[in-house]
Amino acid sequence: MADEKQFCTFYLDNLFFGVEVLTVQEVFRYQEMTTAPLAPPVVKGLINLRGQIITAIDLRKRLELPERPEGKLPMNVVVRTSDGVVSLLVDEIGDVLEAPAEAFERSPDTVNGVTRELIKGVYKLKDSLLLILDTEKASQVETGSARESET
Amino acid sequence: MGEKTNMGNPSSGTDRPKAPDMTPDSIKEPGADSSDSDGMDSIIGEFLVESYENLDQLDLHLVDLEKTPTDKKLLSSIFRTIHTIKGTCGFLGFSKLESVAHVGESLLSKLRDGELLLNAEITNGLLAMVDAIRQILNSIETSRNEGDMVYTALVETLTRLNQGEKVSVPASAPAVASPPTSAAKPSAPAEQPAAAVPGPASAPAPVAEEKPAEAATLEDLLPARKDDRRTGARDADFLVEHPDRRAGVDRRDVRGVAEASIRVDVNLLDKLMNLVGELVLARNQILQYSPAERDSTFVASAQTLNLITTELQEGVMKTRMQPIGNVWDKFPRVVRDLAQACGKQVRLEMEGKETELDKTLIEAIKDPLTHIVRNSVDHGIELPDKRLEKGKPAEGRLLLRAFHEGGQVNIEIMDDGAGIDPEKIRRKALEKNLISRDQASRMSDRELVNLIFLPGFSMAEKVTNVSGRGVGMDVVKTNIEKIGGTVDIQGTPGVGTTLKVRIPLTLAIIPALIVTCGGNRYAIPQVSLLELVRLDGEEAKTRVEMIQGTPVYRLRGNLLPLVYLDRELKTKRTESADSAINIVVLQADDRPFGLVVEGISDTEEIVVKPLSKQLKGITAYAGSTIMGDGKVALILDVMGLAQRARVVREGRERAGLDQGQKAREAAGDMQTLLVLGIGDSRMAIPLSMVARLEEFKRSELERSGDQDMVQYRGEIMPLIYLNKTFRPGESVTQSDPMQAVVYTDGGRSVGLVVDRILDIVEEQIKVKRSAKRSGVLGTIVVQGRVTDMIDVEGIIRSSDPTFFDRAATAVALEAR
Repeated sequence: MADEKQFCTFYLDNLFFGVEVLTVQEVFRYQEMTTAPLAPPVVKGLINLRGQIITAIDLRKRLELPERPEGKLPMNVVVRTSDGVVSLLVDEIGDVLEAPAEAFERSPDTVNGVTRELIKGVYKLKDSLLLILDTEKASQVETGSARESET
Repeated sequence: MGEKTNMGNPSSGTDRPKAPDMTPDSIKEPGADSSDSDGMDSIIGEFLVESYENLDQLDLHLVDLEKTPTDKKLLSSIFRTIHTIKGTCGFLGFSKLESVAHVGESLLSKLRDGELLLNAEITNGLLAMVDAIRQILNSIETSRNEGDMVYTALVETLTRLNQGEKVSVPASAPAVASPPTSAAKPSAPAEQPAAAVPGPASAPAPVAEEKPAEAATLEDLLPARKDDRRTGARDADFLVEHPDRRAGVDRRDVRGVAEASIRVDVNLLDKLMNLVGELVLARNQILQYSPAERDSTFVASAQTLNLITTELQEGVMKTRMQPIGNVWDKFPRVVRDLAQACGKQVRLEMEGKETELDKTLIEAIKDPLTHIVRNSVDHGIELPDKRLEKGKPAEGRLLLRAFHEGGQVNIEIMDDGAGIDPEKIRRKALEKNLISRDQASRMSDRELVNLIFLPGFSMAEKVTNVSGRGVGMDVVKTNIEKIGGTVDIQGTPGVGTTLKVRIPLTLAIIPALIVTCGGNRYAIPQVSLLELVRLDGEEAKTRVEMIQGTPVYRLRGNLLPLVYLDRELKTKRTESADSAINIVVLQADDRPFGLVVEGISDTEEIVVKPLSKQLKGITAYAGSTIMGDGKVALILDVMGLAQRARVVREGRERAGLDQGQKAREAAGDMQTLLVLGIGDSRMAIPLSMVARLEEFKRSELERSGDQDMVQYRGEIMPLIYLNKTFRPGESVTQSDPMQAVVYTDGGRSVGLVVDRILDIVEEQIKVKRSAKRSGVLGTIVVQGRVTDMIDVEGIIRSSDPTFFDRAATAVALEAR
């Protein structure tokens, strides 16, 4: 394994995130989508990506960050997960970065609950911290709450 | 000339003594043929197709084998092919073919085991055998018998090869196939003796003796030979002279089985299906533009595209269709073996074997169906003496029924066994902690019976090798639901059990109605669509009524529960000037309900795409699709919606009268009741006695004598005020408009005016108390409340004693 890994980076509420570049299928601008009522709130809607229907997940909601300001359109980061292809909605796209393995560190225990669960760790870059998102976990959405309990 | 040479073949002499043996055989077969059923014919047809394919392979393999005589894999494959042919024709009673294949097989087995090494002679022998087999197959195909050719010489040659002798065999098949002997060929007496004479003299003479002469003539003979099997040898002479003519005819005939079908990889079909799906989407997109387009050529092309796409789609769909009989055919054996193992007698009946459905679906239902059938035999049908005790015939009946209905395939598995006792299930489920005591007490019988689909549930008292391990019905259910199907079980203790499986005809492309709600579009599969109702203006405000907060609409006198899509999906209604109410009447599990949507667009063919994992748990959706404009739309799961809205549940019964009746028949002692409010008491009428529910305004009332009447459907219908009947003497007022239950008998109707119509329920009548007052049959508990059963006929009779007298009715009408 190479010591350096490449990450596709993006911003969410001034936080700097990255996902491994190999899991990213593509990145595209905001596209109108079909909302899915009854779906968990983090599911923003469904997008037709060249004949393939993919679910868009609002990462701000998923990470329990404050709502995206009105009028600001998110970007789609399409990632491949074991459950299929998912689009992650982010504020802004950053560069593709190479990060040295020795800069990696597990996230400190003091990081807030949800974020810590969804983050594999932190790369200490020169002028910022790159939070590595666990795309598998981020795309897992509880639908149990949406299901009506049978009586 | 060719004929003659062959006759001169010394080997034909060896046939002669055997001829009498062969002849009865060939006489017997046509006779047997005529009694053959279509089923046999189809088996033979399949056998032929398969064998032809195998033989073509075999030719190739044998030639390959000659190059690499020790190739074990090749040898095994050849061996298997011949073995299969031998086995099948033995089963089908083609003894000649079997004998040829048999010696070939033994020879091959020696080659395979390395006891013999392949040489040119053996290859020739084997190829000759392949040709002989092909010849017999041709004969079977055209005339359904093995033909008159005698293959003793070939058999002998192969036998000797088998024993390791060196025999040279002519490379062409007919060389070793002798023509029929005199017994089968009375019309050629002149040649016969010539052939016969050298025969006995040179008993096991090597076939090779005359080989050079034969080789030259056999080519000419070949086409003629082919005919022998069919036309009998009588024509042979003629044919030898005109080989071309016959050959031409022959070729056309032979095309039949082998060329009429072709094996295709299912994956290829799947791919085609996907492509057609994409094409349908593209077509939909183009069709959207076409109305806006002025260019008439474009519009015309779009129309053509539309037609061709539809046809292509149907065609591709058809390539994947198979009769359900393919799955069922193994059930007689399954049932027989199982019945014997359990010491039961079971008669299996099948209806609708030819019902076709998609191949993937056939595969998918194979195991669940087998499981259900096994379950019916093992648990459903009782032991013979137990059945006799109950007054049933000792032999149990298991009926499989399949039919198409509304774009779906229905499969029913019915047995007349012990049925399912809901109480027993309740106990079992409690025992296994599958439900809580509280749940158990609230569950209806239907819900209880359906508990058998829960994982880990088993009704068997003891685990047998057949069933009882508690894995099974839940797997059945999940497997059927996986392919978009439903399974429902109904049973009456002591009478039998019916399992209804409903699966879609195909998975990929379905017609759907597009509706809008909260700014989104949704697709509703057309299979569950019954009709559309639109309430405008004033109607929209008044026609939706409430029963304890539940909205209902009276659809032709039947109460239709309404479900508001926006409420179910918890979306906001888009404010629109249009105050009209659009009701999509849907069928969920036999029960109609009305889905109120904001707008109804159009029907469209949609390509079903699975839901993403994130949405899978939401029961309201069945899938997703891409609309003509490229946007995504969700496909509503009608069943899921109905369940969410509690439409499908016992207690709310079907509104359709005939359906209500059917339900009661199926449910045995279940009664569907119309619950009425009269004064402050609850009363009930069996729904089967209700023809319609009507509303009359006071202004419509007319009087004749002291009888109130209305004009109803071109007739005069007397009204009976039930509140007056039950409270004689009290002064009661009638509401306006009045609600009436119409009772019809012998073409005459009576309107029973009630104060309120409360509900329609299906319930097991729990507490019965005989009547104390007139007009009441008894008192029962419905929905946990005391309810009087109205004696409809009694009431009508007391008001109009002649009502039930048809003769009197006729006279009365005459007099009028």
